[in-house]
Amino acid sequence: MMERLKGLSTPSRDNLVTYALVFAAWAVMQSLASAHAISSSMVGLLVPITAYVSLAISLNLVVGISGELSLGHAGFMSVGAFTGLVVAQILAPSVASGPLRLLVSMLAAGGVAALAGLVVGVPVMRLQGDYLAIVTLAFGEIIKNLLNNLYVGFDGGLHLSMTNVASLGMSGGKVLINGPQGAVGIEKLSSFMAGMLLVLFTLLVVTNLVNSRSGRAIMAVRDNRIAAESVGIDTTKYRLMAFVVAAALAGMAGALYAMNFSSIVPKKFDFNTSILILVFVVLGGMGNIRGGIISAALLTVLPEKLRFIGDFRMLIYAVVLISVMLFSNNAQVRMTLDGIRTRLARKDDDEALADGERGGGAHA
Amino acid sequence: MPRTEGTYKAQSERAAGTTTGQRPAAKRQRTKMVAPPNDYLVPERDALLTPVLECRHLGIDFGGLHAVEDLNLMVGKTEIAGLIGPNGAGKTTVFNLLTKVYQPTRGTILLDGQDTAGMDTARVSREGIARTFQNIRLFDSLSVEDNVKIGLHNQVSCGMWSGIFRMPRYWLSEKEFHDKALELLDVFHMADNATDIAGSLPYGAQRRLEIVRALATNPKLLLLDEPAAGMNPVETEELMDNIVRVRDRFQIAVLLIEHDMDLVMGICEGIVVLNFGRLIAKGTPEEIQANPQVVEAYLGKQD
Repeated sequence: MMERLKGLSTPSRDNLVTYALVFAAWAVMQSLASAHAISSSMVGLLVPITAYVSLAISLNLVVGISGELSLGHAGFMSVGAFTGLVVAQILAPSVASGPLRLLVSMLAAGGVAALAGLVVGVPVMRLQGDYLAIVTLAFGEIIKNLLNNLYVGFDGGLHLSMTNVASLGMSGGKVLINGPQGAVGIEKLSSFMAGMLLVLFTLLVVTNLVNSRSGRAIMAVRDNRIAAESVGIDTTKYRLMAFVVAAALAGMAGALYAMNFSSIVPKKFDFNTSILILVFVVLGGMGNIRGGIISAALLTVLPEKLRFIGDFRMLIYAVVLISVMLFSNNAQVRMTLDGIRTRLARKDDDEALADGERGGGAHA
Repeated sequence: MPRTEGTYKAQSERAAGTTTGQRPAAKRQRTKMVAPPNDYLVPERDALLTPVLECRHLGIDFGGLHAVEDLNLMVGKTEIAGLIGPNGAGKTTVFNLLTKVYQPTRGTILLDGQDTAGMDTARVSREGIARTFQNIRLFDSLSVEDNVKIGLHNQVSCGMWSGIFRMPRYWLSEKEFHDKALELLDVFHMADNATDIAGSLPYGAQRRLEIVRALATNPKLLLLDEPAAGMNPVETEELMDNIVRVRDRFQIAVLLIEHDMDLVMGICEGIVVLNFGRLIAKGTPEEIQANPQVVEAYLGKQD
């Protein structure tokens, strides 16, 4: 029994460390913020950090776990962002509780983004590799341009137009999304707490999915498509599943992100944002969820912290990116790290041996 | 399906390390081949059952090349059959046709009496054809156990939502996955390697794991593409024992492509010989060895 649990718990143990890390970061930041020990610019970054961390986790599902290079993640983020804003505004008269409204609008954002993921995913999953990457990039741009021309008004009923505000035919009420000018006068519903809960939710969905029948099928398709088909796995279904789940989670993060600002424009969610999220994932290590979380948090803070050197900050940012890449791929560094890891593992084994837990030799 | 315990005590002894060095074929009784309702031969015990695989006039063209032409083949329900032929004869192409990696240009494939026309690879797998590959195709970055669990994909059910939100269904299915995977790994004495990463296994173990994964799909017919490639004589002999043991235990048919004639002549009951995409001979090992056409096309090279 003990052995069975030990055998099962290898990925779970790894995930526990990640959860512990997130909780620790939450506790530290929360206490620092409430003690006013961090700058106000840093406090303003807390929600974007959680949004980007969630985005990095969800993109990791596509890029790392499913093995497809997606360059349009910001598109789903923006679909979620604007859906969330509209839903929050519609609910404003009827639902007084801010957190509840945030929750409902985030769920709606996730749902609509999932739908967008499905619409994009069905044609995209006919492709592979570079072709898939290019087409996701194109879809990201298409979504951005559609939202750039979207006008939404609310006067008790919902009005939609793709031409201009006048064509909405509003009788009083409020214009919620004003084409390229985006949404203004957003009620700030997002909070650090909501952000951390979203991070935990995203983490839960992704790690649980990975360690289930569906997740194994997704990874099987990544590792060897032909072999996966030969054991009866519907490869398109599982690639699409990863893509749609990631899109839904990106939509939720988008809603959280948008409701942290007083105004937001569709242009914010362009190709650069997609690449930014991809950089988090790649720098943290594809498929390495914990790495993605850490790099997303650090790389969101870094440009702010470098603000004092003015225009040179993006230069430093680039230098940091390049050196981390070189450093983490350096054979010498890797050997040293592996050495430390083996030494730690051996220590663990010795302790286990001392505890007399090493029964039938399941790990021999 | 009936899962009877293997009766080959000698084999399990050998697998446990007591190699006698004697060829198992020497001890094995020769199978009598008889004609079922059609005019292709299957082992006597399978003659009255629907053949697990029947190909009628199977053919595929690649451009102007007839890679496989007018192939008629029948494999009995529990037969170990061999598909041999010189390099480039179209053996792997036949496997790819059976598993629908290629759709045949002409002809019919009946699996257990059912026409497989229009099915794709995944569907054929669900219907009961499992295969291994000439160049090993494992899920390299996953553990040995996960590889087998992926093979069990269609044997255990658990939807995406149950998985994400850890419903009771998830825990039940995971236990079932784990137990079945270890049971299957145990057949090849690999349960101790369950947590190893598949890509880091030694070559022979990777070949065995591929067979275990194929077996996990609960097949009626197991296709082995050069299972002994790159193995030394001792490993090959162990593999022969394993193939026979698998057939006896799971009561399935095995169709294998192999260049190692000791293996083919040692365990195959029926053999078909392919040359330039055409079938040139069918019969028992003795008949094939005595067939002048085969000797000319293939074995003749050995002098």
